Amino acid sequence: MNQAYKILVVDDDPYILMSLEFLMRKNGFDVMIARNGTETLELLDQNVPDVVLLDIMMPDVDGYAICKHIKSSEKHRLCKVVFISAKSKEADIQKGYDLGAELYITKPFSNKDIVNKISALLD
Amino acid sequence: MSNALIIICSLLYLLLLFGVAYFAENRLKKGKSIINNAYVYALSMCVYCTAWTYYGSVGRATTNGISFLTIYIGPTIMAALFFPVLRKIIRITKAQRINSIADFVSTRYGKNASLAAVVSIFCIIGVLPYIALQLKAIAISFDILTNNTAARHNFISDNTLYFSVFLAIFIIIFGTRSVDATEKHEGLVAAVAFESVIKLVAFLVAGIFVTYGIFDGFDDIFYKASQVEEFKKLFTLEGENAHAGWFSGILLSMMAVLFLPRQFQVGVIENVSEEHLKKAVWLFPLYLFVINIFVIPIAFGGKLIFYNMSVDADTYVLALPLHFNKPILSMLVFIGGFSAAASMIIVETIALSTMVSNNLVMPVLFRQDNFKNSIDKSIRKTILTVRRLSIILILLFAYLYDQYVAQYFSLVSIGLISFAGVAQFAPAIIGGIYWKTASKNGALASIIIGFIIWFYTLIIPSIAHAHIINDSIIQNGPFNIAWLKPNALFGLEGFDSITHALFWSMFFNCCAYFVFSVYSKQSPQEVYQAEIFVDIDRYNTPESNSIWRGTAYMPDLYSLLENFLGKERATNLIQNYAHRHKISIDHNAKADPRIVSFSEKILAGVIGSASARIMVSSVTKEEELSLNEVFKILHESQQMIELNKELRKKSIELTKATEQLKEANLQLKTMDELKDEFLYTVTHELRTPLTSIRSLTEIVHDNPDLETEEREKFLAAVVKEAERLSHLITKVLNLEKYESGKQKLNLTSFDIITLVKELYTSYSLVANDKKIELSFQKPNSMLLVHADKDLIQQVVVNLLSNALKFTPENGQIQIIITELQNDVQICIMDNGKGIAAELHELIFDKFFQARNQTIKKPEGTGLGLAICKRIIEMHNGKIWVESEIEKGSRFTFTIPNFEPSKNLIAHNESSL
Repeated sequence: MNQAYKILVVDDDPYILMSLEFLMRKNGFDVMIARNGTETLELLDQNVPDVVLLDIMMPDVDGYAICKHIKSSEKHRLCKVVFISAKSKEADIQKGYDLGAELYITKPFSNKDIVNKISALLD
Repeated sequence: MSNALIIICSLLYLLLLFGVAYFAENRLKKGKSIINNAYVYALSMCVYCTAWTYYGSVGRATTNGISFLTIYIGPTIMAALFFPVLRKIIRITKAQRINSIADFVSTRYGKNASLAAVVSIFCIIGVLPYIALQLKAIAISFDILTNNTAARHNFISDNTLYFSVFLAIFIIIFGTRSVDATEKHEGLVAAVAFESVIKLVAFLVAGIFVTYGIFDGFDDIFYKASQVEEFKKLFTLEGENAHAGWFSGILLSMMAVLFLPRQFQVGVIENVSEEHLKKAVWLFPLYLFVINIFVIPIAFGGKLIFYNMSVDADTYVLALPLHFNKPILSMLVFIGGFSAAASMIIVETIALSTMVSNNLVMPVLFRQDNFKNSIDKSIRKTILTVRRLSIILILLFAYLYDQYVAQYFSLVSIGLISFAGVAQFAPAIIGGIYWKTASKNGALASIIIGFIIWFYTLIIPSIAHAHIINDSIIQNGPFNIAWLKPNALFGLEGFDSITHALFWSMFFNCCAYFVFSVYSKQSPQEVYQAEIFVDIDRYNTPESNSIWRGTAYMPDLYSLLENFLGKERATNLIQNYAHRHKISIDHNAKADPRIVSFSEKILAGVIGSASARIMVSSVTKEEELSLNEVFKILHESQQMIELNKELRKKSIELTKATEQLKEANLQLKTMDELKDEFLYTVTHELRTPLTSIRSLTEIVHDNPDLETEEREKFLAAVVKEAERLSHLITKVLNLEKYESGKQKLNLTSFDIITLVKELYTSYSLVANDKKIELSFQKPNSMLLVHADKDLIQQVVVNLLSNALKFTPENGQIQIIITELQNDVQICIMDNGKGIAAELHELIFDKFFQARNQTIKKPEGTGLGLAICKRIIEMHNGKIWVESEIEKGSRFTFTIPNFEPSKNLIAHNESSL
């Protein structure tokens, strides 16, 4: 990788956030983290990440709304959205893809799996 | 009053009748039947009140006092019997497509043609004078109105003739529309009901005029009448056998109200729905009562006014308004009487003409091979023509009778003689619908013998009185045989002639009916009809089997029906029937026996059952059925009906069961959905700690070269999340335990204040760390509760930790314990961010998280409050929240307090 991809990791659970941050950094990403919807929107305003790892259930703004925001913004038209959620119902997953997300990964996930998938997405 | 004026008024009234009838038929075409109405039905039954009663009741009251009432008491009693008797007759009539009383009798006794003919002939003999009486009433009232006391001279100047002609036209127009005599005569019945209203109104107006116009109310009339010696006998029953007279009068009129051809016509044939009987049962007697209120006042009034004047009491109703010079009122009374006469003539003529054509003329024609073989489409015209001619002939004969014969008889007696005539059908009809053994021979004998006695005891004396025959027959009996004297048969003396005649005719009638029925053998056809008539409710279904056996071909049947009904109607009827009963019709093959039976029934409606039988057998090769076969068929059809009933009941039950199953299924589904939802919530909650545990351990595993500090951080997180996980699992299991009722309460008595105080102390430290002010308010005394200490502690802990979670730094949390009358109330209040009102109930719901999936609740499990609620409910307490966004929340729960004093008292009382 010539230039490190910028990745934004969003999750309201501090431990999941901790592990995802470590994983992404370890794999050469330029990592930003956000603990809720509001923080995410602020970061998106300032930065143009290549990928966003997005939790869905958060106390303030939910992940679907954030995905919608990204997909409708000209600035983030190249940004890829990967949902990482505990919501595992078929309808929830479908909704994620319908909103334009590139990937939907259900929790709990395997580290290897998640890294491979995201790498494949960016190649 | 001038002749012309009266004629114009009468004509206008007749035109009005045409209008009413025409209007009714038009409405029917638009699908709105006027006669399909209980009130119209009851009013049409009031055709019972003829001109004879309209004028004659006053006449009878003047001479015989209140005995005139007998002919109204009878029908009133009969009305009470409408349900067992009339309803049964109506059901049979509809099921068998019967079109007259003669048809009814003949159908019951094996569709016997001679029986139909006999009944028809006797009806004509018995009723024709009665029709003549109506014409006479019109003529007399006309004469009184015009003050024409001279005898009528010739046909040309005789208005009765013109009225007869008009009525004939009216009846032909509205009475012979359809060849099917079972079809309702919409216009006729509407007109008759209308006339019932007119005659009632007219009579009441006349009564009110006499009572309150001429006199000063009922009291005045009765007082003045009581002053006159000869009136006194009118108030009482006179003569040694007056009671017998009453009895016979009531009995006669009971039978007349059912079996007079016109009553049978309006009450049975024209009945649209047996539901209408429910109203007729009280409306008809009410009408009779109302129309009689003023009879006595008019009778007394007339007698007082016309004292020593030669005014016929039969004419008081009309003579009184005339005497007091009230032309409009007189005209109204005349129209009322005219109505009474006209409606009777109309219905009676229709009924008689059907009998004449179907039971006298057509059977004779159908027996002629020449005629039978030449039947084609013109047959319908022929039938209608016969019927129209019958109408004209009946009216003509009535007119001639009135002109040449009636003058020899007293007016009053004609009505009752008629009643006594039709009463001869009573045993055959009533017996026929209740007694299966009654046979054709019994019925024939009963009717013929009854009529002979009737004729001998009532008609012969009348003729003798009129000196048409030698009146020595009355004095000495025929051939000087004293015990055969018509007025004192077998030496029976002392009764009035009607009672005497009724007694002997009914005596011989019933005896003959009984003896001949018991000692004669019924034909299979009779057995079948008897069975169906008596047990109509068991057979009154379209499934009724046919008794017919033999070979018939569809083309023959079709052409037969087409001739009588027209191609379109015949095809429709047959196809509908076949469709209803799932019979396939091969148009060129042998006919299904049921189709043959059905065809016969349809034809019966047109030409009567006896003729229909002749016609159908002319196109079929019939095999005689044995009695055994008849019984077999009856048995089978009964079984089929029972089976059908059973099946219908079963299918209703099945439908019900299916619905119940559906409902249960739905409930299960909802429960399943709830269960799924709960499971989903739980697994969903488990996923979060599991995710970090898995991910972090993988990191530690995959990266042996981790810095010690980082490894420690990750492992500590894993431990924490594992704790969270096990905590969560415990809660889920607990909730399941409480919900399923597996958890037994470990009840002890303890001081709730002590318990809460301990918790307060330990949480104060945590609160201090968060810079939250935690306070505790409590009563000073102890507060005993009888509860599961551990569970109550769990509730308080849950509420306290929630409060701590949602209260920001520098916030306040208060714990307040209060003692209420029966409960202890514990309240935990914070000034945190609060809960939206719509969530106040939902947060106690264990599925809450599942339903609000995208916005995460920070409580963690989402089960804590559900568990609290369950625990408090198990203690018969309540838990709720009051909260406002940004202002804080106040969770409160109550548990019943423990009152040892109460228990003590109870204990003492029981030991006394």
